[in-house]
Amino acid sequence: MDFLLGRYRNLIILVGVLFLQVLGLAVQVKRSGDAENTRLIRIWAVDAITPMERVLIWAQNGTRGIWRNYCYLRGVRAENRDLKQQVEQMRLQEVRLSEDAEQAHRLQQLLGFREQYISKTVAAQVIGSSASDLSRSIYIDKGSNDKIAPDMAVITAGGIVGKVLRVFPSTSLVLMINDQSSGVGAMLEKSRLQGVLRGTADGEVTLERVMSDEQVAPGETVLSSGGDQIFPKGLPVGTVTAVRPGKEMFLNIKVKPSADLSRLEEVLVVTEKQEQSPVADTGGRARAADILAERLPSVPDKPDAVVGSAEATGAGTKPDTAGHAADSGSANPGSANPGSASPGATVSVAMPQQAVKTGDAVSVSAAPAKPKTLQAKAPPPQSNPSNPQPAVTQDDPH
Amino acid sequence: MPITYTSGEQIEVYRFSIPVTVGVPLLALFVQAFLPRRIEAFSYIDLPLLVTIFFAMARRSPIAGLFTGAAIGLAQDMLGPYPIGIYGIAKTVVGFGASSLGAKLDVENVGARFLVTLAFYLVHAGVYFWVARFMVDLTLHWSWSRGMLAGVANAILGVGLYHLLDKLKQRT
Repeated sequence: MDFLLGRYRNLIILVGVLFLQVLGLAVQVKRSGDAENTRLIRIWAVDAITPMERVLIWAQNGTRGIWRNYCYLRGVRAENRDLKQQVEQMRLQEVRLSEDAEQAHRLQQLLGFREQYISKTVAAQVIGSSASDLSRSIYIDKGSNDKIAPDMAVITAGGIVGKVLRVFPSTSLVLMINDQSSGVGAMLEKSRLQGVLRGTADGEVTLERVMSDEQVAPGETVLSSGGDQIFPKGLPVGTVTAVRPGKEMFLNIKVKPSADLSRLEEVLVVTEKQEQSPVADTGGRARAADILAERLPSVPDKPDAVVGSAEATGAGTKPDTAGHAADSGSANPGSANPGSASPGATVSVAMPQQAVKTGDAVSVSAAPAKPKTLQAKAPPPQSNPSNPQPAVTQDDPH
Repeated sequence: MPITYTSGEQIEVYRFSIPVTVGVPLLALFVQAFLPRRIEAFSYIDLPLLVTIFFAMARRSPIAGLFTGAAIGLAQDMLGPYPIGIYGIAKTVVGFGASSLGAKLDVENVGARFLVTLAFYLVHAGVYFWVARFMVDLTLHWSWSRGMLAGVANAILGVGLYHLLDKLKQRT
């Protein structure tokens, strides 16, 4: 026995050390959340490494700041001029886009559309990586002291970066989207096809679970789908660079991430998301009367039945002149079809004094106009002349 | 590139001071955590593995080698996103193998060091992936192109690094 122990001493110790480590791994895997079991030793390791990284980052930023702010200012005047021109052009573009956005918000509100918004972010600086060439994760300089929690989304202005995996008091470990163990719900912008974004062994990103009979073209934008409950829907993820047939009837779609994952310096951690209905920017909440008025045909300048000081233009969109209308039946607001009214038909639009919440009923009735309603002559029919002449009324929100 | 067989009497066993024993692996871990974010090509390098191989080969003691590998690997695991022990097991095997090899072969010359480092990089990657896939059930995939490229890059850097670390050796 002594002979065996002496002869195979090295091997026995090797097996013993390996066995202990396998045992430790098994405990972590069995408990499925190793974060809590190994939290203390991970904190020690992170605390030993990150202070040095912080000092180096601080020195690097300081040097760079001095160089950029005081030394390297050549060409700033010309750049400033160009940027001013760009700002002017973008302002013009913004006016058009804001109109579109307001219209989209109003329609979304009509449909009771609910969306997740990023309501609060915390800016953080990347201070290091995981000291492993086989995983893709980074350390940021914000932790539980800054209200960072696991599974929070990490993004940049360019696109998504990853999610918070572990949180320490003043640092956090972020698993990036190009790590092999990560998975992000994503969809193609044009075709709206959904898939799962995964990292590869080479540090690239692929979109999986898209059927091979679908048409996907290189250059198409990939957005977050929101299906993973971590990233809000619609954030830029990347661009399709190559499409090849993959395994099991699925396509192998290679994606170039929008965010430059290899040169991250600052990131944003989404600490708070809000689920709410979109609200049009102009005048706070959109009023149902406004929405209906936009769908109605044009109104004569001075209709006889106008009560109060309602202005004819815009079909009584001023809420101050609102009155209460009779409630007779209900219908989807979208069913009001102004173009289908016969010549001479009466269209009455009630204008409530209070903003209408999503889900409030909008009624369509053939009842005669009540007092305090705006009556307008409908234009000649444009389509579906067989339709009865409806009077569109808005239920009293009270 | 001669790899000569050396008898036990001819082998020179080295030792290292405590600051070197502790400081060099810590520095390697720190650089590994810091540099890949600044220099993308450095993401192919596994500096803690090179340090493990160097210490194991220089000490020529399998037990010292496996404990060095285990300690460095576990420390690397603590900084990573996966369960602790995957790097630990891989580097334990490498430390044991490198020191056993160092006790039998003359691995002081450049060619031998290059080949040994390349071979142990692949062994390390093989053990790592085996443990990660079949024991921890991580969905990791092996890429031969990346693996070979990283192996050669590590071997080249290793040769230069060992030359620098040779200056820290102390004869017993």
